[in-house]
Amino acid sequence: MKISYYPGCTLKTKARNLDRAAVASLETLGVEVQEIERWNCCGAVHSLTADDLIHQVGPVRNLIRAKEQGADKLVTLCSMCYNTLARANQIMKNDTVKRDTINRFMDEEIDYAGEVEVVHYLTYLQEVIGWQKIKDQVKIPLTDLKVAPYYGCTLQRPAEVGIEPFGSYALMTGLLDALGATVMNFTAADKCCGSYQVLGVPAGENKAAAAIVNLAADAGIEALATSCPLCEYNLGKQQGQMIAKGNITAHVPTYYFTQLLAVALGLDTENCHFELNDPTSAELLQSKKCLAAA
Amino acid sequence: MCETDQKTVKKMPRVATGDRAILPEGAKTIPVYIMGKMYEVPETLTIMKAMEFAGFKFLRGAGCRGGICGACPTVYRMAGDYKLHFGLACQTVVEANMYLAQIPFFPANRAIFNIDEIGGLPEAIHALYPEIFRCVACNQCTKACPMDVDVLGYISALKQGNIEKAAKLSFDCIQCGLCASRCMGEIPQYHAAQLARRVYGRYIVPQAEHLKARVAAIESGKYDAMLDELAAMSKEDLEKKYVEREREPDFAEIGSWQPKETRYL
Repeated sequence: MKISYYPGCTLKTKARNLDRAAVASLETLGVEVQEIERWNCCGAVHSLTADDLIHQVGPVRNLIRAKEQGADKLVTLCSMCYNTLARANQIMKNDTVKRDTINRFMDEEIDYAGEVEVVHYLTYLQEVIGWQKIKDQVKIPLTDLKVAPYYGCTLQRPAEVGIEPFGSYALMTGLLDALGATVMNFTAADKCCGSYQVLGVPAGENKAAAAIVNLAADAGIEALATSCPLCEYNLGKQQGQMIAKGNITAHVPTYYFTQLLAVALGLDTENCHFELNDPTSAELLQSKKCLAAA
Repeated sequence: MCETDQKTVKKMPRVATGDRAILPEGAKTIPVYIMGKMYEVPETLTIMKAMEFAGFKFLRGAGCRGGICGACPTVYRMAGDYKLHFGLACQTVVEANMYLAQIPFFPANRAIFNIDEIGGLPEAIHALYPEIFRCVACNQCTKACPMDVDVLGYISALKQGNIEKAAKLSFDCIQCGLCASRCMGEIPQYHAAQLARRVYGRYIVPQAEHLKARVAAIESGKYDAMLDELAAMSKEDLEKKYVEREREPDFAEIGSWQPKETRYL
């Protein structure tokens, strides 16, 4: 089995823990991951201005790369990349006027009309590999780890590109369940982490993130799983600062779901790059005896 | 500005309007438009020579005349066609009805850094050139490059933290600045690429052991006495020494020749 993969810039720098764990896990599950060649930034944020087509050029160029490299599906992982690529794809598929304008502007590229399907990694795991097969390959079940899916904003909004209906967390729940974890209900799973607004507030003072971490701790949730580097930054990396500022009372380690997948599949922890998470992340898994012996 | 008016073309005398060159007998001329004004120039000339033929004089904006120094970037359109074309004036041969202008310099900020202090991580480049994150992947930079460098490719590589890829993709860059002139994100691409190559050379590519050994030998003063000896000689003695020097024969098989004097080895 082979897939075309779009990683994204952050996954190659600050969120290598999201990317490396994802690729290593798929390889263990028998999937050959082919990173598309000559990809560029996904666009990072979907432009909501209807006539601002220049900001669709970046994501569309990536979809053209996938098309010219023979892919009918493009698997991606980061919530922001997924959202930006999928929404640009919607435009190219459904809006003939905008499609023509964009194709004419990109006159050095082949024409594109939404031929490539943008697929989130979680969707791919469920539809192509299946929870049962993953369960069969788990070497270290995450028994007793009380973890909640945290979707944030962009995995489910807007509905046209959502990986599942708003309010449903079946995909990540299915995965975490297959990994043997105790999946917890979380009332704040779709609340905004503060997004880029945090740039305007001092470190540890992001009230939106603090509220989410506090709700999790109050509900007895030990860990959160996400697929978004921005959410991980706000909820995870900032926890030390939030504690120092008195905005949260306890750590709730925040993982990329691919890290938990790699851990459960028994992969070398090198693939998980826990050094990029808050230090409590590796400690919690250690205490649950979930980390493969180094 | 780029309209073709055939009537006007016919009425104009087909002679050079410059004040220097005289057209060789039988040479065919073609009309080109330099900064909007028509000149008849021999069809065999490069843009740079055609401009000189037309009377322009390059005080700056011309360098090696060999297509590598990056001093003479040109932008042109063909009459009636919306496409912009780019090239080096010293390399591109004129064509009839070319509308052209030189862009000898384009303002682009260059970051100040100490290569020994910034370290070899992508974040160092991101900090010095944060504007690379303004890229929208419009690809105008790549289209403008007269050296066919994948400019969008190396800017993307930098954003992805892949310094080695950026250094290799930008290897042919001649720093002409046409990429920066076209960038809607106002990025000084070519300066960022130069930094990437320097960081690559300083921190990433393995250093050659023999080069390190030679530099160490030089720094230890091994060759100082020899240099002092040469520097102290009279011009005549120096010339004599040069003429009498031992020299490897042409076409000597590699490794087959050794000088008789070995004290400098």
